Amino acid sequence: MATNQKDYGEMAKKASPPSPKAKDFLCAFLIGGGICTFGQALLLLYTYLELPETTVKALVPMTIIVITAILTGTGVFDKIAKHAGAGTLVPITGFANSIVSPAMEFSAEGRILGTGAKLFSIAGPVIAYGTAAASIYGVIAYLFKLY
Amino acid sequence: MAERIGTYTLKFTERPSIIGNAAVVGKTEGEGPLKDYFDRIFEDDTLGQKSFEKAESALQMEAVTLALQKAKKKPEDMQYILGGDLLNQCIGTSFALRDLKIPFLGLYGACSTMALSLGLAGILTDSKAANLVIAETSSHFCSAERQFRLPLEYGGQRTPTAQRTATAAGASIVSAEHVPQRPCLEAVTFGRIQDLGIKDANNMGAAMAPAAAETIANFLNDTKTLPSDYDLILTGDLGKVGTELLQELLLKDYHIDIKDRHNDCGLLLFDCEAQDVHAGGSGCGCAASVFNSYIMQKLLKGELSKVLLVATGALMSPTSSLQGESIPGIAHAVLVSKPDIVQ
Repeated sequence: MATNQKDYGEMAKKASPPSPKAKDFLCAFLIGGGICTFGQALLLLYTYLELPETTVKALVPMTIIVITAILTGTGVFDKIAKHAGAGTLVPITGFANSIVSPAMEFSAEGRILGTGAKLFSIAGPVIAYGTAAASIYGVIAYLFKLY
Repeated sequence: MAERIGTYTLKFTERPSIIGNAAVVGKTEGEGPLKDYFDRIFEDDTLGQKSFEKAESALQMEAVTLALQKAKKKPEDMQYILGGDLLNQCIGTSFALRDLKIPFLGLYGACSTMALSLGLAGILTDSKAANLVIAETSSHFCSAERQFRLPLEYGGQRTPTAQRTATAAGASIVSAEHVPQRPCLEAVTFGRIQDLGIKDANNMGAAMAPAAAETIANFLNDTKTLPSDYDLILTGDLGKVGTELLQELLLKDYHIDIKDRHNDCGLLLFDCEAQDVHAGGSGCGCAASVFNSYIMQKLLKGELSKVLLVATGALMSPTSSLQGESIPGIAHAVLVSKPDIVQ
């Protein structure tokens, strides 16, 4: 009798090796933690340089974004991210990479319909739903006078 | 004249010969275990072109040009060219071939295109509808990534079941005249679409294995032969996962054991561990380049006598995947045998 969809699904599941979760978690923790520690070091450095607090808060992510953009442009970022997984995805590095990589990739289709249109093809949903979630949170906070 | 045997198989009575063949690959493929067999390895995956689509066309054109040179033929000697690729509207092929001025039959069989084009070239030449036909195809890692997956520089992780699209092209020139010093086409079995509900686009080996199993079983059944009658049953791009599933399905559903006769182009093209390609290679160029280099050279030397090339394709698109559809698979089998006179 021919194998049905259900049985085949089981067979396929058995034949497919799972992701090495322990290794993935450890790499994500170490590299993600490393990026956060680097961010903290930047904060201390900029504070030490006696920059105003608001400037420091803007400068720290900006520095990391610029570094990510340079690493993406030079083809290094994806090689780190391959091992880091969520470690580079969750910090602002992931967001910066998701904008720079399509910008580079689709430049062949022109500046407007290529780079311009595809710039937010990956980050777009994050921005859209992030803004929506923030708005809902804002309304709740206002109604229950959390502020 | 092609003669139907059994339900699905066509036997080529005139045994059309493959009088020329070429395989060209990109850098990663050129660092793999088959590096000494390719006609040309491009160190730069852009091939000096402005876009990866143009690079794929240039790659394909190079394979066709080299195959013609090796067969000592000119484009105007060809009656048809059969080819395709993975890009939308098959632009890799049509832009590659637009200056060749050979009547063009565009094919889409996903990664099964090499066996599909060879099988059709066999029918055209065996029936004397054409004297000389080119069968060819290509794929390019970078153009496939941007169409099917994410930008190249996007930092993400792949699952262990994912495969790497080969940057490779292969071309065969099929002649109606049987040349005893060249490998020839013996039979073709075109496959039926098979879908056992796999939805994971990162596990295409699993999606295509049922189609490969059915086509192999149909071929063996129609020809009343056993796996041991062949030196090699070579699937296109099932990779590690698909290979395991194919062997298991054939044994379970058809009581056919191909373990000691089977190999997969996706496993031959790369060193899976050393080259970090996860479950192996994929793409039209995977079967095309392995067949037109390594396999053809083994046939020419007589080290292989009968090879059943079973190129496999996953007939999905990014749209169908996003809409939650499962992945239909296809597999076509072509039987190729060594020259009558091995030199």
